[in-house]
Amino acid sequence: MSTQKKKHSLLNNAFFREIFFQVLLVTVILLFFWFIAHNTMANLDKRGIATGFKFMSQASGFGIIQHLVPYDETYSFGWTFVVGLLNTILVSGVGVILATLIGFTVGVARLSSNWLIAKIATTYVEIFRNIPLLLQIFFWYAICRSLPSPRLSWSFEDIIFLNIRGGYVPKPIFEEGFSWVIWAAILAIALTLCIRYWAKKRQDATGQQFLVLPVGIGLIFGLPVLAFLVTGSPLGWDLPTLQGFNFKGGMTIIPEFAALLIALSIYTGAFIAEAVRSGILAVSKGQTEAAASLGLHKSKILRLVTIPQAMRVVIPQLTSQYLNLTKNSSLATAIGYPDLVSVFSGTTLNQTGQAIEIVGMTMLVYLFISLTISFFMNWYNKKMMLVER
Amino acid sequence: MAVYSHSPAADLPPPKSEVGIVGWLKKNLFSTPVNSLLSVVALAFICWTLPKIAQWALIDADWFGTTAQDCSREGACWVFVIVRFNQFLFGFYPSSEYWRVVLAFSLVGFLIAWLLIEKTPKKGLVAFITVFIYPVIAYILFYGGVFGLPVIETHRWGGLMLTLILATIGMFCALPIGIILALGRRSSMPIAKSVSIIFIELWRGVPLITVLFMSSVMLPIFIPEEITIDKLLRAIIGIIFFESAYMAEVIRGGLQAIPRGQYEAAEALGLSYWKTMFFIILPQALKMVIPGIVNTFNALFMDTTLVLIIGLFDFLAVMQSAFADPKWPGFSVEGYIFVALVYWIACFSMSRYSQYLERKLHTGH
Repeated sequence: MSTQKKKHSLLNNAFFREIFFQVLLVTVILLFFWFIAHNTMANLDKRGIATGFKFMSQASGFGIIQHLVPYDETYSFGWTFVVGLLNTILVSGVGVILATLIGFTVGVARLSSNWLIAKIATTYVEIFRNIPLLLQIFFWYAICRSLPSPRLSWSFEDIIFLNIRGGYVPKPIFEEGFSWVIWAAILAIALTLCIRYWAKKRQDATGQQFLVLPVGIGLIFGLPVLAFLVTGSPLGWDLPTLQGFNFKGGMTIIPEFAALLIALSIYTGAFIAEAVRSGILAVSKGQTEAAASLGLHKSKILRLVTIPQAMRVVIPQLTSQYLNLTKNSSLATAIGYPDLVSVFSGTTLNQTGQAIEIVGMTMLVYLFISLTISFFMNWYNKKMMLVER
Repeated sequence: MAVYSHSPAADLPPPKSEVGIVGWLKKNLFSTPVNSLLSVVALAFICWTLPKIAQWALIDADWFGTTAQDCSREGACWVFVIVRFNQFLFGFYPSSEYWRVVLAFSLVGFLIAWLLIEKTPKKGLVAFITVFIYPVIAYILFYGGVFGLPVIETHRWGGLMLTLILATIGMFCALPIGIILALGRRSSMPIAKSVSIIFIELWRGVPLITVLFMSSVMLPIFIPEEITIDKLLRAIIGIIFFESAYMAEVIRGGLQAIPRGQYEAAEALGLSYWKTMFFIILPQALKMVIPGIVNTFNALFMDTTLVLIIGLFDFLAVMQSAFADPKWPGFSVEGYIFVALVYWIACFSMSRYSQYLERKLHTGH
């Protein structure tokens, strides 16, 4: 009796089955990894490819056209990783800001009561969402490369120059005493935050309102300007000038950066516009009407009722678009903008041949960014989840 | 006694300013001063750009000819695109064998149309042929080597044909893997669940380009030396892994939307886990996520352009290489516009189709 019961339960027992399947799964996965590791060892041995991270400290021997930190051929391969990573962060950071501006403008424009504006916004979204990003990058790059030669540059008041080698803009030079301006700005922000805290406390207690916004704007702009004037304008400009065949001085915006930035912002902007539109549409009409019947002013309805509820829908989509933009910035390699993938997984990989370490490190960077953002997302979703009765 | 009958006076017509064209204009373009200003600016913008674009792309454009000298260069020169049209479609596939590609794509087009159009008989049989028999036929047609068909090596495949091959194979292979991953992620078995989550998040967290780098550079190191994998196949493997993670998330969305009652009812009937999934849950969940799957396919279709970075000649890459032809200098804008137009028509119709499906399949619960 007992043996029969045991046999029966072993075959159909859910717990036993689960254990069996999982042991099987783990075995298969371990075998798979063992297989890969075994082959890799054998292959690397035969091809004479070194392993480990010794290459990171060897001199790289190649130049990079844009570096935010000091760099030349004598710096190490490890340093090319940093240079590439910073370039990726630069283009994604600026891209995120531009895409957000475009996205919010177009998203709101799509819902405009003005028929023409709404149609133009819709056309924009439908065109740029349905064309491959890589094609758009190539297109803008072709445009950037069809600008005139340095001698025939387009100039704007002889301060800003545009030509086939990129854009040339004045470079700020911070002289002694400029740190006071920065300290003044920090102080102004801190003061504004204190005033906001105090105003909210007072309003909760007495109902009296305090106009934080104009005071805050006044402080944040006024204090640094005051400090700037008091310390005697400690800011100079290094203007670009034509010398020989090219421009010297100033800051250079390389065409690769410009093309990538324009393409990323326009493409992602179209997706953000859709997110914004869906967010605003998700706020039911009853909410606005209820707020209006409470006697709230139109601007307050927008600020206190519509936007907070729309943001609940918009922010998750927005972060995933930011993430996409960061990942898509890796397409830089197609036009030669020196981002992480292009410099490290491209040139450095070709020079050292250590594919596993390099592709692995590159993937880990993106993975780290993605996971950090998705943790933030989960936290935000939990915090913002509708508390339902 | 007099009978008073009251008949109300006829309704006055609405004021002229509120109906017709004037009313529409007033309501939609000039409702407020700000709106009026915006309308005028937008109108000016359209009147300024549209004629210029039309002039360049259509009126001043050159359509006929065979060489670059046939272009007046006053407007667009579509001769560039027309002359190389076959190359954009087939890459470097020998022209005497074009019929094989055309036949293979017509066949799949026919099969898919059969499946999509309602009221066609024997859908089950046709689906079986599409999924299990057609791939063999297509492989034989594309690659050759049997029945006297000459072998066409994969490095000669290219153009729109390669784009379609990458996207469809990626899609069809990713679907079953995606289903298993989605089920694994919702499973009660902790190890199966974490393996699925790690797999999905790993691939979703990295850009496709690094996946393609990995499959083209690292894959040959991972497998025994005796086996060489074709470059195209390596790219396809990368795409399948990448795509299955996205597919899994789409399908998970469908699985989550199935009410608990469905699972409980299946359990009450005594169905096993796999029977529950295959006969009760998945049919409903997959139907629900068809629009999502179409959208994923759309994204993949656009993403296949990235294979040009690892040296495959897809539609965009063939165009890029055509720009390098010294006989045809400076036609990149025409080329990009043509490629963009093809992608746009395909992707826009697909996204419209998915919206239509969404409305049609939205039967509610």
